[in-house]
Amino acid sequence: MIDEKAKKSLLSVRNVKKYFPIGGGLLTKAKSFVHAVDDVTLDVMAGETLGLVGESGCGKTTMGRLALKLLPKTSGEIYFQGEDIYAYTKEQEKKFRTKAQLIFQDSFSSFDSRDTIGKIIGEPLLVHEVAKGSELQDRVEQLLLDVGLKADLMNEYPHTLAAGQKQCIGIARSIALNPDFIVCDEPISALDVSVRAMVLNLLKDLQASKNLTYMFISHDIRVVRWLSSHIAVMYVGKLCEYAETEELFKNRLHPYTEALLSAVPIEDPNKRDIKREILLGEVPSPVDPPPGCRFAARCKLATERCFKEDPILEERRPGHWVACWENFHGESEIS
Amino acid sequence: MGMGKYIAQRLLFTLFVVLGISILIFFITHIVGNPVDIMLPLQATDVEREALTKALGLDKPMMEQLWVFLRDFSRGDFGISWWQNRPCMEVIMDRLPISMWLILLASMISVVCAIPLGILAAYRPGSILDRVVTIFSTAGICFPPFWIGLMLMLIFAVKLGWLPTSGMGTWKHLVLPAVSISFRPMGHLAQIVRFEMIQQLNALYAVTARAKGVTEMTLLFKHALKNIMTASLTMIGNDYCKQLGGLSAAVEVVFGFAGFGHLISETIENMDFPLLQAEVFFVAIIVCLINLLTDILYAAFDPRIRY
Amino acid sequence: METIKKPKKTSLLRRFRHNKPALIAGIVLLIIFTMVILAPVFTDYGPAKSDLANRLTAPTMAPGEAVGVTQPHILGTDQLGRDIYTRLLYGGRVSLNVGFTVATIGGIIGVILGMLAGYFGGWTDMIIMRMVDVWASSPTLLIALTFVMILGPGQKNLILALLINSWTLFCRMARSQVLVIRSSAMVESGHAIGASTNRILYKHIMPNIISPMVTTYILELAHFINAEANLSFLGFGVQPPDTSWGLMIGEGRKYLTQAPWIVIFPGLLIATTVLCLNLMGNWIRDEFDPLAVKL
Repeated sequence: MIDEKAKKSLLSVRNVKKYFPIGGGLLTKAKSFVHAVDDVTLDVMAGETLGLVGESGCGKTTMGRLALKLLPKTSGEIYFQGEDIYAYTKEQEKKFRTKAQLIFQDSFSSFDSRDTIGKIIGEPLLVHEVAKGSELQDRVEQLLLDVGLKADLMNEYPHTLAAGQKQCIGIARSIALNPDFIVCDEPISALDVSVRAMVLNLLKDLQASKNLTYMFISHDIRVVRWLSSHIAVMYVGKLCEYAETEELFKNRLHPYTEALLSAVPIEDPNKRDIKREILLGEVPSPVDPPPGCRFAARCKLATERCFKEDPILEERRPGHWVACWENFHGESEIS
Repeated sequence: MGMGKYIAQRLLFTLFVVLGISILIFFITHIVGNPVDIMLPLQATDVEREALTKALGLDKPMMEQLWVFLRDFSRGDFGISWWQNRPCMEVIMDRLPISMWLILLASMISVVCAIPLGILAAYRPGSILDRVVTIFSTAGICFPPFWIGLMLMLIFAVKLGWLPTSGMGTWKHLVLPAVSISFRPMGHLAQIVRFEMIQQLNALYAVTARAKGVTEMTLLFKHALKNIMTASLTMIGNDYCKQLGGLSAAVEVVFGFAGFGHLISETIENMDFPLLQAEVFFVAIIVCLINLLTDILYAAFDPRIRY
Repeated sequence: METIKKPKKTSLLRRFRHNKPALIAGIVLLIIFTMVILAPVFTDYGPAKSDLANRLTAPTMAPGEAVGVTQPHILGTDQLGRDIYTRLLYGGRVSLNVGFTVATIGGIIGVILGMLAGYFGGWTDMIIMRMVDVWASSPTLLIALTFVMILGPGQKNLILALLINSWTLFCRMARSQVLVIRSSAMVESGHAIGASTNRILYKHIMPNIISPMVTTYILELAHFINAEANLSFLGFGVQPPDTSWGLMIGEGRKYLTQAPWIVIFPGLLIATTVLCLNLMGNWIRDEFDPLAVKL
């Protein structure tokens, strides 16, 4: 049943789990599972940018795919504009696709390399029969201009472009249908540092001009901080902490968040003697994880309870949720 | 992984393949066809059939036959050739070495001709030289080698009388057959070399090398050659195996060259089962060993290959 | 320009026309296929029509002397006085028939197995790929010959013998294609923009798979025509009274010095056909896969 909050949010994730089977083939059943996303609950309001951060393998990419119904879920519900997306009919799902889109980490790999750029950008419009003929061409030209590219690239092939430009094509394709919500899956991670700023600025401008809501997936905290209004921290499939961006940076309530934020290089040389939290140990395997907090093995504050029971997500400060048994509070200036 | 482990893995794979081929041969010869029927004339009586079946050991259950078959092969006992009444091993060893040399000669000819041709063509892509080389190499692949042999024979042996038309014995007898066989790999190789060279010369560091001068260019060529070597190695190894596996048989027949290929042809004409089985097995082993050799050499050149 | 849709049909033909080698190859192939298929239209002789009075005559424009037929032996006659030109046409039927049959059946088997291997992975994949490895490592011609020995020579058995090893290349091709597609972001992107499975399949997956398949088919076809010629030359393929290009060379060998035309023309025809097929195959690959490695 959909709760009140979910009715008002653009995107609501409720206790979503996604397990991938390991082993097992045509005849045998899988015995082990990768807990890619393990009981995650969160909300994204219209107009926000939710930064989803965590190390590689924490499940953020999977979460992004689930939010767009690009993967079957294992359990839980996901509501988009108040509707259960996994209960959609075919028509409803098709309509959903016009409102929720994806920007790939490597847009080029998502293109049909035999298509021209115009064809790639225009395909969403063709699929949903939104435009054709000269109107289609005009819209594609406009989209190219919107992402800062020249209109005459329409007849070129994407492999002739630079990496940054390829990403822009991917962005153009994702905004073609004027969606409400875009999942940006590490859109700048594969780009050269010099190009990243361009793409980030583009994303920010587009958000303003097209009224977009973003789920911005990244492992780069600084970028997330710059772009996001809210941040959700994930660790080995679990949601550790969620808050508004600056609130999170000022008040870290989860020890993992403390370590994560503390690992960011500090630009200002005068602040460099800030005490850092250094994490020892390694990220545990997401395969059939033992009960208890995933972070317990590396946590300085871990108690017996932490190793036995999965912490529950609670709102400990206004609008600030955390899943931890201990009362951690990192307040010192961190960056 | 280390070289040792890689080699061991490849050897194991080779064993597996050879076993597979042996079983395949067995099934083909014993299950698909009936040697007895083929050997005896149509009017043979049942008694005669039974006698022959017993004599050949074909009346035993299939699995037992397979077992005997594999056991003998692993011991090196390939049976007696029906046609020549000698151990198959002898018959094959009479004719195999000379063919291996012939094909080796052909391979060398291809390499010696193709590499310069490929490099020349790559020097200026699209030029007349390039077009000529491309046409020539494509033609080499398209003409049947035995036909090339016949044409060469016509020109050089009959009309010009420079070389003998057939037979064996002197180096002169090797020339025309080897050249005929060499056209196909030469064509393939020239194209590969040309392609690799163009790639290398177009690479970014080529521009840098040209800017820096002669010594850099030499280094560039050395690097390019190394790439060419590895690509050629695979191709030549592959081709060698195919030739031995029967592609050169027609050429040998054309020139009356009493080698392994010719033997294959005669084996079929004489319906000699054991000999054919032995031939297939031998070729399979050699093919596997050559593949192994090229793989090892390849891995020695390029550590990335040693998955 | 009106639409964004790549106006495929017209520009394809235009591109074909502009590429001289491919164009010429295509035309030549068309001529060869037409003449071979409609052989009786192009020649008055029967392929076995023997005219012993005129054995081993050189190519000539003089009218023929056989009863009722005056068509000149433009390519000469063979050792039994049969018109070479005619035998080339009828022999071509056999050669092409064998090539097409083996390539098609082998192609279908190979593609199916390859797609199964690629799609299901796991045990299916491993078993099929091991089979391919064993098969591909084996001396293919020898095994074909083994079959010929057991089943006896002849066109039908030749096709069977060649079929044994025909499927491996197609299998590897299809499998790698499926693997690439299966995990491709392209498919995911299609899904994300709301394209139906049909659209993704027909507009994106198939075209990307088809051109390598077609290229492989054409090149394998050329290969099997050569293989047939090889086996028939040795006497293990097509048998008289049927004829094929390879068999003509084999039969004409004895008369190489007296009547070289018996051998020359079939060889030229084989080479021409194979060459044109190669050129077409290369053109298709270049055309439809701009990122393909060019050799």
